Amino acid sequence: MTANAVFSWLVVALAKSAVLLLVTLTVVAYLSWFERKLVAHIQSRLGPYRVGPHGLLQPLADGIKFLFKEDPTPAGVDRFVYFAAPFVSLGLAMSAIAVIPFGPPDAQIEVFGHRTGLAVANLNIGLPFLFAITALGVYGIALAGWASNNKYALMGGLRSAAQMVSYELALTLSVVGVLLQAGSFNLNEIVASQDGRWLGFVPRWFFFPQVVGFFCFFTAAIAETNRSPFDLPEAESELVAGFHTEYASFKFAMFFIAEYTSMVIVSCLATLLFFGGWQSPFPEGRWFAWTAYLPNLALLGGGVLLLLDGLRYHRRGKRIALALLGVILLGAAWLCLAPETNRILQGPFWFLAKLFFFLFVYVWIRGTLPRFRYDQLMSFGWKVLLPLSLANALGTSLLVVLRQP
Amino acid sequence: MTLDAVLFFVFGGIAVAAAVALILLRHPIHSALALIVVMAALAVLYLLQGAEFVAAVQIIVYAGAIMVLFVFVIMLLNAAREERTNLSRAARYLGVPVAVLLTAELAYLVWHASSANPSQAAGRTDVTRPLALMLFRDFVFPFELTSIVILIAILGALVLARKEP
Repeated sequence: MTANAVFSWLVVALAKSAVLLLVTLTVVAYLSWFERKLVAHIQSRLGPYRVGPHGLLQPLADGIKFLFKEDPTPAGVDRFVYFAAPFVSLGLAMSAIAVIPFGPPDAQIEVFGHRTGLAVANLNIGLPFLFAITALGVYGIALAGWASNNKYALMGGLRSAAQMVSYELALTLSVVGVLLQAGSFNLNEIVASQDGRWLGFVPRWFFFPQVVGFFCFFTAAIAETNRSPFDLPEAESELVAGFHTEYASFKFAMFFIAEYTSMVIVSCLATLLFFGGWQSPFPEGRWFAWTAYLPNLALLGGGVLLLLDGLRYHRRGKRIALALLGVILLGAAWLCLAPETNRILQGPFWFLAKLFFFLFVYVWIRGTLPRFRYDQLMSFGWKVLLPLSLANALGTSLLVVLRQP
Repeated sequence: MTLDAVLFFVFGGIAVAAAVALILLRHPIHSALALIVVMAALAVLYLLQGAEFVAAVQIIVYAGAIMVLFVFVIMLLNAAREERTNLSRAARYLGVPVAVLLTAELAYLVWHASSANPSQAAGRTDVTRPLALMLFRDFVFPFELTSIVILIAILGALVLARKEP
């Protein structure tokens, strides 16, 4: 590459990273709203309702609150590690987003006369890179717990270190089956190898041959991201708040954002590895040509819903805000009718739809399952999940060998 | 200087600096963190050589698993800052000369190897498949032997750690 090519590549990569960072932060903020809303409805409550229509401005209010809270540093902390831990957590979680392909590599957009794909980086080792990031993620939590000079925080940090080491094995082994069938570490190629149909209509997603692998993966991933029912590092009924007991203000927010970002990454991975990534679940052909307009339909439905709901409000500000949002969605639906936009939109639409489904499952699980006890957690990881994923890897490799001529 | 060379010197420097910090820092946790930085910098050096898979495994296994265990044990033992001691007699009369000798030998070898072996441009090809073929076909016997040795070590640790009934 010439110096000029390197420079323009760098500029485009930086621009894409900045856009992706902003989008991710917004998505994560609204993920917290979504979680609170959904858990509230599961528990027959309404959830956030006061700040903005349907509590839609709650994430903004929370962000401002985090920024302006007092940020005391407890006595006796290890200052360097105490301040570094939130940065480690957030930085690692954010950098993992860079390798996620949101759409097919041929759906390219033009930026400053430079054609570029939807992902920031297309790595040959996309999957091992993500696992490396996950493997390092434990440091943020463990070190935060240790550096806080607080027994509850230390307990949380120790628990998280033990838990993440135990479940990382199962997590890594559970995707071996997918890797064997795809024959590549590249996330783009893994998705591309799920192209096609069985019997003409069942999509060739790895979920169907790898059901066991998928359940091992998703369970281990929930444990790896320290989410309920595996949220022992911050079990509030036992450890106050676990590893982030001594963190306040924006340092706490950084852990919070990192946790939600890892939720998004795990959902992305589940989509890419087991559910065909950006591929549509509908077969191609004359009868299914209308499915190309599903993104428009979704936008249209959302817009109409917001408009009708907004007009019902008796407060004028909220009535106007919701209705305006609805009109914007309707406009977007109309804009996406153009063939070129529609073609580019297909990949991201299906990707985001599947991503949304997994985020829903995450919150659903949190809303319904009680927390594990510590010994149950350990014995489940080592005695159930690990042997199961190992057996799955063995069975898959046997099948792959038998099918080869 | 090419971009590769610049990156090599930057991350090589980071690795050396972190290795020195590992020895000089007084708290075990800080030393462990410095060791993690060394591992990460080494992974980048592997990446520069085009060995992507090895780089990822370096992070996953060394920085992600082994060092987590180190940090876990240090946290569990609640180790405090270490007192600095003067060099013991063995270290002064045996350790220092051997260290100097080894360094000189390595420097000599590297100096002569670099001129004999033209550096290959890092290819953007898939290097994982040849690596797998080599490990599981050409060198499968030594590979499996190593895993058995490790298994024996694990069993030994279990037997030693188990309490008498």
